[in-house]
Order: sequence, then structure tokens, then C-alpha cells
Amino acid sequence: MAYSEKVIDHYDNPRNVGNFGTGKEVKDRSDIGVGLVGAPECGDVMQLQIKVNEENGVIEDAKFKCFGCGSAIASSSLATEWLKGRTLDEGMALRNTEIVEELSLPPVKIHCSVLAEDAIKAAIKDYKAKHGA
Amino acid sequence: MQLPVYMDHAATTPCDPRVVEAMLPYFTEHFGNPGSRNHAFGWKAEEAVDTARQQVADLLGADRKEIVFTSGATESNNIAIKGAAYMYANAPAGGTKRGHIISSPIEHKAVLDPVKRLEKEGFDVTLIDPRQDGITTAEMVKDAMRDDTILVSIMWANNEIGTINEIPEIGKLCHERGVLFHTDATQWAGKMPVDVIADGVDLLSMSGHKIYGPKGVGALYVRRRKPRVRLHALTDGGGQERNFRSGTLNVTGIVGLGKACEIAKAEMDADRERLLALREKLEARVTKELDVVQINGHAEKRLPHLTNISFGFVEGEGLMMACKDVAMSSGSACTSASLEPSYVLKGLGVGDELAHSSLRLSFGRWTTEEEVDFATDYIINGVKKLRELSPLYDMHNEGIDITKIEWAAH
Repeated sequence: MAYSEKVIDHYDNPRNVGNFGTGKEVKDRSDIGVGLVGAPECGDVMQLQIKVNEENGVIEDAKFKCFGCGSAIASSSLATEWLKGRTLDEGMALRNTEIVEELSLPPVKIHCSVLAEDAIKAAIKDYKAKHGA
Repeated sequence: MQLPVYMDHAATTPCDPRVVEAMLPYFTEHFGNPGSRNHAFGWKAEEAVDTARQQVADLLGADRKEIVFTSGATESNNIAIKGAAYMYANAPAGGTKRGHIISSPIEHKAVLDPVKRLEKEGFDVTLIDPRQDGITTAEMVKDAMRDDTILVSIMWANNEIGTINEIPEIGKLCHERGVLFHTDATQWAGKMPVDVIADGVDLLSMSGHKIYGPKGVGALYVRRRKPRVRLHALTDGGGQERNFRSGTLNVTGIVGLGKACEIAKAEMDADRERLLALREKLEARVTKELDVVQINGHAEKRLPHLTNISFGFVEGEGLMMACKDVAMSSGSACTSASLEPSYVLKGLGVGDELAHSSLRLSFGRWTTEEEVDFATDYIINGVKKLRELSPLYDMHNEGIDITKIEWAAH
């Protein structure tokens, strides 16, 4: 299957790979939100961590890890790029269709973008939960 | 070195230039139909087919009258399995009306699907699960045999993992019990020695394009003595190939198959030793430089030129993308979105642990050490890169059992 140039670029040079600590380490950090979505048996797992400025609610940094195909890796890589500098509400407003459009994902790969949106929402919810929201 | 390097010889091989050279005159100059008995054009074509028949027979230790030319191993398998079942359907005195057939769930689809069709048509079928190492033994076949068993079909070597079944032993057992024995030798014949008499084979399928011959041609060995095997023809027509397979002979293809068999017989020993050394080098490096890898199938009883390796915590399609300069075959043991799960690997219990993916590499006559070294580096780097990205590999290293996490299937 042919991948778009942008997918290949994100795959070859994924942005913001990594984390701000292991699951255990970031669990009690109030400035970090973690999203872990997907399932190994479905062939996609995404882990997204966001680092939030607790004063103004702006996402200062984001890191990802992804087990999945090239499109899944590109979708999560792109998500980290887009999240940086956005407020939590702006992050919540991101839609998978924007990822589909940016990466020119074919119909069989739309689930990768859905998963990325799920990961973003899960990370923001995790952060909010830590702040009693 | 030209990229991508070709490491998929179990799928198909390039034609040997000597094969192409032998074929060429039969397209233009000697274009006759071997069925034309009345003129020199036909005689010339018939002579070429006779020569090829002898070359194939010599490779298999058979008589040339026992070779039936087909369009490839799929057709050979169909003629052998369905042809034998229909012919011997009334022989059994056991519990079923039409007879009992034994095969294996990790056969190629070209065996499994004919067997399944026969099952729908009223034959009884037993598919023997192989051992964890991929091998089907004579003992397992013996346990599955019944009074009304008419046919056993077990491949010589498996196409995905290269494991070698107990063929002489199964052949001997079948002959003791008066049961016909068919083997799909597509991955074996031309690469490894065959002696149909000593190996107790009654029906053997093989293909041209797996042994540096052309595509679209193959052969079926049909034993003529002890026992004389009869088959119900599936294609009716001009009665070519002793009525087993009607249709004008594919003379150019047959000439190519014959030449490929002649070369294979002369060169297989040297090829085999060289390729085994390359495979061992690759496997040694991969297992040394990566953790959570598994070489699938029996440690020794495997084809020398083929390896199938599973990598933990790496997704199959991502891995193929990481290895785009190496042409190889992937089989995911899990149901990833776009890769079909391998029923062979699943049958062996590979991938019961989550998130494994597998690569099959198969070398050929012109595979160089340089190419194998390149592929080895490429795969090791690809897996390392994907594991740097893999949250599952992190969890594994933190001692988290990913099977214990409640994943939300999507």
C-alpha cells in the first residue's frame, strides 16, 4: 500500500517520541496527563503524555509512544505536534478528521486517526481528573 | 548490491538464464503441438516434452511414464487429492460411505481447500494438529488412521516455517496399511533430495517457479507400480497426459521445468550447504542482538534456505515499513487491521502471547552473503527502531504483564 509523503515523513522522523517518566513515575505528578488507548490484539496501542502549565492550562509539551502501523505512528506523532501550545479546551476540540486530512489517510486507516483523538481526550481527562474536574 | 534485496524465494524464484535459453526455441522455431502426430513440427515438440519428462523423473527417482505435467502445484494437488478421492471413494469398508482422508491444518491452501471441498461432498476428514515445533510425525498419522482411510496428504516441508515432516516414515506406514500417500513437495523438490520409491510416495506435487523455472508449469508424480495409482480425471478433453490432464501441453513451460530440474539435481547439494551457513549466520545475529525473538519451527528439521522469526512488541505492518529495502514475507500472528493472521503460526500457538509479528526470509541460488548481512542489519535496526516507539516494549521492560491490562478493543 502506498503511504502519503507526510505519513512517511512522520514515520521516518517521528516527533516527540518518549515520555515524562514511567507509568508509575507520572501517576502522582499533577502536571502530567496520560492517555493509553487501543489494544495489542487489534494491532494498535497509543500512549500519549501531556505536560500542562498548571497556572494557565496550556499544554507545554507532549510525548508519545505507539505500537502500530505507519499511519498510527504518524497520527500520534502529529497529535503531539498539534497539542503543544494549545489550551486543554483547544486540545479537546481537535477532531480526527483534521488528522485524516493533514496526513491524507485512506479509508482503511481512518481508525488510526480515531485512536489518536481518543488518546488526546484520554490524556486531557486524566489531567483534569488529577485536578478534581 | 541492488535494492530492495530479494529474500522471498519461497514465494517465487527468478528464472535461471539457462532455463530461459532452453525454452526460447520452443516459442518460435519449434512451436509445434506435441499432439500432432503426422509431421515434423509435432515430433520435435514431442521430443522436447519427452526429454523434460525424463529430467523431472530423474530429479524424483521416478520413471518418466509416472510424470504428469500440470499448470503448477495447485493443479497437481487438486488432481491428486480430488482425483484419488473420487477414484477410491467406493473402496472403504469402514464406517463412512465415501472414505476417510487425513491431512494437516497447516497445509497450503491448495491442499486444505480441496480436502475441505471433499468433506462437504461427504468424505470424512481428519486434520492432524502438528506438534508445537511444526512437525507431523508418522506416529500421529498412524493414530488417525481408520479402516476406511483412503488417502493421506501431508506436505514434505512447510511453506511458512520450513519444517520437515516425517515423509519416508509416513510413506512406509501408508504402504503397510494400503493407503495412498500424497505429498505437496512444492518447497522441497528441487531443493532437497527425493527418491519416490525409497520415500514411499504415491503422489507428489511440485512447481516450476519455485526452482528457478517458469511460472505456470508444474508436475504431478503418479506411481505406476506397487501400487498402481489410478485417478479420476478432473479435466476432460483431448486425453493428453495419459488422460489425467487434458489440454494442449505447455511445451515451452515444460522444457523450462525439465531444464530447471536438471540444474537442481546437479547443484542442490552445493546450494543447500551454502544457504544453510547464511541462514545460521542470520539467526545467530538476530537472536544475539535482539531480545524477545523466537525462531519458529523445529531447531534442526527445517529447510536450510528458509527462516521464520517472531518479534515481540512489534506490529507487523510497521515492521514491513521499517524493512522496505528487504523483500520478504510477513505473517502476523495477531489480527492486525491490515495483515491476515497466519493460520500456520496460529496453529502452532505462536502469537498466543499478545503483539507478536513474524517475518519469513527465504534465500535462493543467487543470494549473497552481502545481501544476507544487509538484511540482518536492516531487520535488527528496524525492530530496534519500532521498539523505541513501542509502549508495550516499555511495559515489558518495567515488568508489566500486558496480558493483565484491561485493553479496550476498538
